[in-house]
Amino acid sequence: MAINWFKYSAPTTFYGLAGKLIPFFAWPAAILFAIGFYIGFFVAPTDAVQSEAYRIIFIHVPASILSMFIYLIMAGYAALGLIFNTRLSSMMAQALAPTGALFAFISLWTGALWGKPMWGAWWVWDARLTSELILLFLYLGFIALQASIEDPRRADRASALLAIIGSVNVPIIYFSVKWWNTLHQGSTIKFTGTSMHVAMQQAMFIVLVACWLYAIAVALARVRSIILERERNTQWVNELKEVRS
Amino acid sequence: MNWGEFFAMNGYAFYVWGSYGVTLLVFAVEIALVRNRRKKTLRELRLMRDEMGDGSTGEAA
Repeated sequence: MAINWFKYSAPTTFYGLAGKLIPFFAWPAAILFAIGFYIGFFVAPTDAVQSEAYRIIFIHVPASILSMFIYLIMAGYAALGLIFNTRLSSMMAQALAPTGALFAFISLWTGALWGKPMWGAWWVWDARLTSELILLFLYLGFIALQASIEDPRRADRASALLAIIGSVNVPIIYFSVKWWNTLHQGSTIKFTGTSMHVAMQQAMFIVLVACWLYAIAVALARVRSIILERERNTQWVNELKEVRS
Repeated sequence: MNWGEFFAMNGYAFYVWGSYGVTLLVFAVEIALVRNRRKKTLRELRLMRDEMGDGSTGEAA
């Protein structure tokens, strides 16, 4: 196949491509959220120990996974932008940060609402919870740093450094439940198998995929605005039909 | 199981619906912010073009 992938690394062509791709991620995301939540609430059985409270897992675990993965992808794009000086990579990093922050927030919020009835506390300074909170602050720091430097290319470089250094926090979050004696439980899903009911696994997996698709759709939509803002003095932006009309 | 029982979540309604309610709210807010940003960006671009006179040349100062 003679697809020139480098063509799409230019903001000019990626702007149009991103616009065409959004519905292919957004609609499946909406459908999979509906299916996942349906299975999670109506098919998955009541838990013997946690009763109905365990149903928070279907959003808590996918949101936590996404908060970590999006960070790594964001740091990866930021690093590409720093090394190869590609504008679009830095714009992608910038587009992913708010969505990553949002998933980190959902992870902490649902965790607090799950912790209260199960542990008796909204919050504990446990390694897992603390490192996830640091992740949220890293996202917010990335966004704030980007916004505080006027020259966008300088802002890209400074925030890329922050993103790269901060990425050491991600394995700390992941392994925290193994390395330290945490109140937070270990992973329910292990490579060697799981003790979870099959409907519970299905619900969690489907919501995870839905979260992925949602994150991609929203990041693509956001990067289009970032492209327009950054390329506003170029001919191609002024010739776009949505700008001309 | 009836709907009353379903929404009661066996006494955990606040925690379960508090989790899902806020999650959906956060998604809705993000989608609205992304849409507004696009509208605002396009509005500013049109304004910029109008201020420069003929936008068709596309040569920005």
